Amino acid sequence: MSEAAATNTPAKTKEENKNIKLVNDATCTFCGCVCDDMDLTVDTDENKITKAKNACILGKAWFFEHTIDHERPVAMIDGKEVSVEDAIEEAAQTLVNAKFPITYGLSDTTCEAQKQAVAITDLIRGNIDTTTSVCHGPSGMAFQGVGEMTMTLGEVKNRADLVIYWGGNPAESHPRHFGRYSVMPKGMFVPNGKKDRYIVLVDVRKTKSAGVANEFIQPKPGKDFEILWALRALVKGKKINNSIEKETGVSIETLENLVDRMKNCQFGVLFFGMGLTMTRGRHFNSGALLSLATDLNEYTHFVAKPVRGHGNVTGADNVVSWQTGYPFGVNFSYGFPRFNPGEFTTTDLLSRGEVDAAMIIASDPGSNFPKAAIEHMHKIPVISLDTKPTATSKLAHVAFATSTYGINTSGTVYRMDDVPITLRPAFESPFPSDEEILTAIKNRVHELVKAKRYRN
Amino acid sequence: MSNELRITNGKVYDPVNNIDGEIRDICIKDGRIVESVSDDARIINAHGNVVMAGGVDIHCHIAGPKVNLARKLQPEDHRLDPHPATEHTRSGVGGVVPSTFATGYRYATLGYTTAFDAAVPPLAARHVLEELHDTPVIDKGYYAVLGNHIFLQQLIKEGRKEELKEAIAWWLNACKGYTTKIVNPGGDEPWKGKKNSNVRDIDEKSDVFDISPRDIIDAFIDVADDLGLPHPPHVHCNNLGHSGNFETTIETMKTAGDRRLHIAHIQFHSYAGKLGENPLSAGREIVEYVNDHPNISCDVGQVMFGKSTIMTADAPSAHMTQAYTHTKWINADTENESGCGVAPYNYQEHVYTNALQWAIGLEIFLLSKDPWRIVFSTDSPNGASFTSYPKLIKLLMDKDFRNEEISRVNQKAMNKSILRELKREYTLSEIAIITRAGPAKCLGLANKGHLGVGADADITIYDDQEDKELMFNAPRYVIKSGQPVIEDHEFTTDYYGKTLHVQPEFDPSIENSLRPFFEDYYSIRFNNYAVSDHYLHDHEFIPLRKS
Repeated sequence: MSEAAATNTPAKTKEENKNIKLVNDATCTFCGCVCDDMDLTVDTDENKITKAKNACILGKAWFFEHTIDHERPVAMIDGKEVSVEDAIEEAAQTLVNAKFPITYGLSDTTCEAQKQAVAITDLIRGNIDTTTSVCHGPSGMAFQGVGEMTMTLGEVKNRADLVIYWGGNPAESHPRHFGRYSVMPKGMFVPNGKKDRYIVLVDVRKTKSAGVANEFIQPKPGKDFEILWALRALVKGKKINNSIEKETGVSIETLENLVDRMKNCQFGVLFFGMGLTMTRGRHFNSGALLSLATDLNEYTHFVAKPVRGHGNVTGADNVVSWQTGYPFGVNFSYGFPRFNPGEFTTTDLLSRGEVDAAMIIASDPGSNFPKAAIEHMHKIPVISLDTKPTATSKLAHVAFATSTYGINTSGTVYRMDDVPITLRPAFESPFPSDEEILTAIKNRVHELVKAKRYRN
Repeated sequence: MSNELRITNGKVYDPVNNIDGEIRDICIKDGRIVESVSDDARIINAHGNVVMAGGVDIHCHIAGPKVNLARKLQPEDHRLDPHPATEHTRSGVGGVVPSTFATGYRYATLGYTTAFDAAVPPLAARHVLEELHDTPVIDKGYYAVLGNHIFLQQLIKEGRKEELKEAIAWWLNACKGYTTKIVNPGGDEPWKGKKNSNVRDIDEKSDVFDISPRDIIDAFIDVADDLGLPHPPHVHCNNLGHSGNFETTIETMKTAGDRRLHIAHIQFHSYAGKLGENPLSAGREIVEYVNDHPNISCDVGQVMFGKSTIMTADAPSAHMTQAYTHTKWINADTENESGCGVAPYNYQEHVYTNALQWAIGLEIFLLSKDPWRIVFSTDSPNGASFTSYPKLIKLLMDKDFRNEEISRVNQKAMNKSILRELKREYTLSEIAIITRAGPAKCLGLANKGHLGVGADADITIYDDQEDKELMFNAPRYVIKSGQPVIEDHEFTTDYYGKTLHVQPEFDPSIENSLRPFFEDYYSIRFNNYAVSDHYLHDHEFIPLRKS
């Protein structure tokens, strides 16, 4: 059907006499917005995307700066070019022979690749974790405690008359979130778009996002939990102490007005970011916000949604959950999945020096993890799969260069609201996909594990 | 290696072919049941065993967004029930909402080889298909929640019947669904748009669309017949769980006239009494209506005591559950298509309402005059997990066991039920009907639920035991598409079954009406909505009925 009839039209422009291909309705996987309305113009001689209609500033950079580095070897062992087969053998042997191997990353690759990564980790009885553990992991934990009121973004577009952003700056991190989903669009029951909505931004800094808000609330840093708890009390008609203003920097009057708006809107939404989840309080903060949204459903319809960062971090949560029962921080060492954030989350495992091999997929902990964790990565064999050279690929024992999802390879990604979308690649890459490399590693690991664990 | 198989000496229960416990051979070749096989065929000696077709679950919740939310929600449940990997099978976790691998393997270890997820919004089709693909052993499909779709409601309101038919055909193709699902018709709009309110009466008009739940049900029944869908609209009636709701259920069935209709988890819709007060049983009234109307089929949705999880596209009913339990609760709205609620729940023997629900389900089973149309389900995991099926079979087959159980539960509830008076015991043949042959027939699956020549070689071999719970809990052999998957109670290989779906034809010009709606009200592009065939993996499209 429509998907099969992909609009890949080869055409030659007279002016430049170049081979040009148009890819319509392509998807940008740069951030969790996963906008699927990209009309790409591809120069197939140069393998470059020259136009990206509808892309935001981040999306344009994502598409335009993607070039193929023909100098980069597909596979390296200890910095020296090797055949892909040799690298796969070495990766499989490393993983199977390790006592405590871990798999980490996964948020910038397809679900198809993620599934292979879970399969490998299940076979080697290792530990699998995703970048969720360093972004919205606390929201995942809070969710397990209190549930959530959630929705797909089209519901916000069609219905939301009160939109609150908390602890995030979508104007710069998710530039099309306002325009495409939540503030500007004209929806079925909000036909005048922004005019029919009231926008609130709660943040410790007055960011660019404040420009779109009807109301900006600026609490003291680290006081989100106190404010959210006070709002919960007010929603339930309880009195709160006057000290709240001194404590949080937000007046009772401001809070009461907000509660009034929340209880009287038709369809309210709380979007929240890492300004809430990764500051003091973490999963308590997320839990307070999710509970506030739940409480409000006794009065009206109210939803809450984490504004996820990476293009397919939501897919990673989904795949790991359906295959193991748990969203991140999953350990297979007993031969079945166990979940314990803090114990089985990657920064903790590496920082404590507990693991003896690591496979890092589509992520760069070598540049952004705590010092102790990075130091341990230098001590153990690391296998990396990445589209560009990174700090992690540089320290890796086995390094694979892979193609980029959404630009070179198809597959499935999940938008931040769990809506799955199929990617339409723009041009082919000489590099294999993550899925291809991981499938090959899995097949070899399977042979080795069978021989080792189940031989008579 | 020969792909031929002969099962010898087994006691065969195959009600479709009028075989009731006869000792006879079953021959298998290339995944199908055949007349005979060569002497090279592998022989499985089923002496002392009962041979049946693989079980067919007509209504469960095993894959997709709501299931995955419920799965993520309950680490405490998984922790108590690990599912270790074996040489042949993947690891996972169990509990009321198991991981996908554990789901497939555990269905197989009950002798089930086919299951349908009963409610998926089409926007999540890729998700459900990918989870179903990761659900081993069983063949599977799902019903597309379309009954509250805003675009379709607009077509119904405007009387555009031909376009409604084309649009539904388009949707079933686009999402690879099996049939249409209607959940709490008319209930999404007041829930999402009118501050969590709900529709209360089957004839109550929506103030947005000016149509009633009855209008929706009526229109969908016609479309299913016009398209020749193998399974009619699968309807979750209004007022689920409310005292006095049986009148709504009867009215829903009356709407069908003599047209085909399937009522889902009918136990939850068989309550007498006054709204807001304790329920009373209307099991007899409901089952009598179904008995007398051969156009109606239903699955029971039996409640079993212990932990369950409410997961439903009927968001208000999950909210009602949460109001009792005050536990964690999920509400999840899908744009233009559906609502959804998830809430952990625990059915307790000493609680009047829970005990009465349990009794009503059993009343329906025991008063049924047609096991082909009143079929087995627990609405897993809403009434109970599918892993409780063996115990439910024992309750139906063993009167003494049932009486013991009756004596253990809330007696006030038992005094309001006729359950004590019902002496019926299901026979093995009747069990084969309600768990296999009946659901396959209701689903229009000509090659499933029986062991005749040409049928899919999905076969279960049970040890013939007195204790039916033990018997149905651990088949000695499970054969899927001719491949022995479980032998001597152990998995001997991994196997991934097919996706079952329909492909009704449609006029492509319907896309001219759909495209503008998508551009205005969906958050993904029209061209990115339809699911491509590769998400089906191994699949089979089930033929439409000839008109």
